[in-house]
Amino acid sequence: MLFQRGVQGRRLLAYGVPMAAVLFALILGAIMLLILDASPLEGVKAMFEGAFGSSKALTETVLKATPLLLVGVGITIAFRADVINIGGEGQLVLGALFSTFVALNVPRLPAVLMIPLVLLAGFVGGAIWGAIPGVLKAYYDVNEILSTIMLNVVAVQLMNFLLRGPFIDPGEIERGTSIPQTERLTENADLPLLFGSGRLHIGPVIAVIAAIAAYVLLWRTPLGYRLRAVGRNADAARYAGIPVKRTIVLALTLSGAMAGLAGAILVFGSESHRMVTDGSTAGFTGNAGFNGIVAALFGGLHPLWTIPASFLFGGLLVGGNALQRTVQVPSALILALNGLVVIFLVSSDRFKRRLLDRKATGTESELGDDPTGPDPPDPSHPEDSESINLVNRGEV
Amino acid sequence: MLEMRGITKRFPGVIACDDVSFEVYPGEVHTLLGENGAGKSTLMKIVYGLYRADEGEVFLNGEPLRITSPNQAISHGIGMIHQHFMLVPTLTVAENVALGLKSSRGALTDLDSVSARIVELGETYGLRVDPSTPVWQLSVGEQQRVEIIKALYRDAKLLILDEPTAVLTPQEVDQLFVTLRTLTAGGRGLIFISHKLHEVLSLSTRITVLRNGRVTGSIPVEGATRDSLAQMMVGRAVKFAPDGADAKPTDVALEIRGLRVLRDRGGEGVCGVDLDVRAGEIMGVAGVSGNGQMLLAETIAGLRTPTAGSIKIVGTEVVGMPPKGVRDAGLAYVPEERMKDGAIGDFTVSENILLIDHNDPRYLKHGMFDFEAIRKHAQRLVDEYTVKTPTLDTPVRNLSGGNIQKMIIARELSGTPEVLVVAQPTRGVDIGAAEYIHTRLIGQRDQATAILMISEDLDEIFGVSDRVAVMYEGQIMGIVDPNTATREQVGLMMAGVAQDEALSQPT
Ligand SMILES: Nc1ncnc2c1ncn2[C@@H]1O[C@H](COP(=O)(O)OP(=O)(O)OP(=O)(O)O)[C@@H](O)[C@H]1O
Ligand SMILES: [Mg+2]
Repeated sequence: MLFQRGVQGRRLLAYGVPMAAVLFALILGAIMLLILDASPLEGVKAMFEGAFGSSKALTETVLKATPLLLVGVGITIAFRADVINIGGEGQLVLGALFSTFVALNVPRLPAVLMIPLVLLAGFVGGAIWGAIPGVLKAYYDVNEILSTIMLNVVAVQLMNFLLRGPFIDPGEIERGTSIPQTERLTENADLPLLFGSGRLHIGPVIAVIAAIAAYVLLWRTPLGYRLRAVGRNADAARYAGIPVKRTIVLALTLSGAMAGLAGAILVFGSESHRMVTDGSTAGFTGNAGFNGIVAALFGGLHPLWTIPASFLFGGLLVGGNALQRTVQVPSALILALNGLVVIFLVSSDRFKRRLLDRKATGTESELGDDPTGPDPPDPSHPEDSESINLVNRGEV
Repeated sequence: MLEMRGITKRFPGVIACDDVSFEVYPGEVHTLLGENGAGKSTLMKIVYGLYRADEGEVFLNGEPLRITSPNQAISHGIGMIHQHFMLVPTLTVAENVALGLKSSRGALTDLDSVSARIVELGETYGLRVDPSTPVWQLSVGEQQRVEIIKALYRDAKLLILDEPTAVLTPQEVDQLFVTLRTLTAGGRGLIFISHKLHEVLSLSTRITVLRNGRVTGSIPVEGATRDSLAQMMVGRAVKFAPDGADAKPTDVALEIRGLRVLRDRGGEGVCGVDLDVRAGEIMGVAGVSGNGQMLLAETIAGLRTPTAGSIKIVGTEVVGMPPKGVRDAGLAYVPEERMKDGAIGDFTVSENILLIDHNDPRYLKHGMFDFEAIRKHAQRLVDEYTVKTPTLDTPVRNLSGGNIQKMIIARELSGTPEVLVVAQPTRGVDIGAAEYIHTRLIGQRDQATAILMISEDLDEIFGVSDRVAVMYEGQIMGIVDPNTATREQVGLMMAGVAQDEALSQPT
């Protein structure tokens, strides 16, 4: 889908295979339910109803999907430039901290200014947390997988320090309970509700706009062109005069900014309107920084397809919780189920590429690897569903 | 030993091979000749099991051959040396040869016996390499020897060599030919692909010419001449030495002073080069590869930082500028390795054409791409340079090598640069396209571009250049006039003989 329209069949494969992978994971989950003496049919029903069965369930799913989508969009931007961002968790936290800082310090700003300002603060916080590994990779040759993971750890410590100290709710100190959380943040920063009531706020709309913007950026603008050119062949990009190092920094910065925006939305769209931690990142993010990666993979690393992918994956997570409540299975099963989905998705990727290669040339024998040597660098990618290969990247 | 009957192979938008029949007898060198994109590589990949023919049959020693993978091809005694080597750089020669084979000692490796056999093969066929050297330390010519040894180790009876000479120096080519003749003398059959007609004439016993996927003729080498082969390939007479009015050089457009550049692996690769190229002239740079020409080119393009010296493009000092800045100062650059440095294989033809000017306001509307304008621009270049591609949206990796080269040259010349640096402009390009590229270079020269052309092909150096600088061990040995100097004299200077001494040699 660069300058061309995709071919129907290829597209079917590109999205059919990951769907089948999820289905397989669910079937395995059903088998596990059987082993645990629970009825798989009831389980599936509980999951489905919990995720999509009522407007309350749908709201829950959409809200769950929002940070997944934003992180996922960031991931697609990074991956298109051939950088891997495992730092979504840290970037979410930094975005949340930045926006919380703003809300704590200028609480009297009217909502029309306040809301854009806290969102911007989240964007900037995440961007900084993405730019750091970007600079380290581009100018000091530090592997971005390692540095983004390390920065996740730094972000948690920073969050714990701030929420136990400078940011803590004064009431907590008075009461002596010292729960690490902020006070109820200014109402001026509450994200407007979509239907005037209920829980659905403008966060999901912002995320969808971000996905569309990322699509336009990648395929319609010179900047996105440079990101993709660097991702596909950094040498040729450099020879043609594209500043490769700056482009890499930019990719991680934008990627982080998306996660940071999600962090702000998590705080100001939360029911408590506070920033709270249980001492780990997951306690605040619900693992969105990692699950967003899966959503992006599920969406074929395409920003637009990441929209339905996030919705489905959000549904899976919400449905999993419902399953736990109604069928009374151990929560470890839900974790295992999520893990299965991830493994199936990632491994289906290679399978999908092979199928697409076959379709692209119309014969089967092209698949024969030359046994006299290592695989030649596999140049066949479907244009609009990117593939990743974490293992085979030379630097890992 | 090999017979192909009525082979047809289609790709989306092209018929790569159209009812091709072809055979090879033991002890012969059968050359496949044809323009870029004629289907030579495709035909060979069918023999080697990489592609499956849509129609037609292949027989090996009279038996129908049905293979679906190179593994099976190898077990039938077919070996193929690809143009891009398939060796693992970090492994040693012996390890590369043993890769994928069963060890004679079960789970343990048998590298010592592999090494012994490599030495033995090397002695028989003149393929000397040290089995314990890691491949990354080898020169291109040596790596190719390893590829041939690999095939011989697997007891290949039929050997396919797809453009084996494109990356070799003339000396390495001579050595390779000695080896290949020994192989055929031993009864092996050889399929050889090359765009260099003198090589084809000196090595082949038979020549088959392909054009647009069809066989246009199959003739014994006796009686064939450069002109007759060119005629068969292109369908018209080809001029080997492009003509054009004499150069009218004006002011110095590229000025290099005291340039010193380090090699990647240590040591100085360019050791104090002074060079002036004037607008409206083509300065050829001759030299055996590895004598600093590529370092020089990359430094001019801003891809390397020199340790000393200055480079001026129409008066602007460009040392220290990023590649983009150098381009803005008026440089266009055609790198040596087109697939690695010159094009993005996964990008389409029009996207690749956009590579150097994707920021140009002519292709933007409200900050976004104006696809209509881009398409028009790409279509114009593709038509003008006769780049053979099914559509503008075809990924460039599906184009044949010569067509990728034409596309890159079209792109680089599209902005009418002040200074053009081209490295190996016609490597792997067919004679018709080479003639065309040479004509374009001369045309660009006449539009007052200063051209620095690096080439290892002396025919090209003598045919196109207005002056020739000879490089040896990072220094310019001298600048000669191609109209008065001889190949022998330039050859001596390329080997390090000083200019006065070389020019005083009898011709
Ligand atoms: N995998 C592929 N998919 C689509 N088209 C292809 C593919 N491989 C080759 N082609 C097309 O088939 C035609 C023949 O290509 P081939 O590589 O056989 O040419 P060639 O004679 O080897 O040319 P060259 O001298 O440039 O190497 C070309 O038009 C090329 O674009
Ligand atoms: Mg070829």
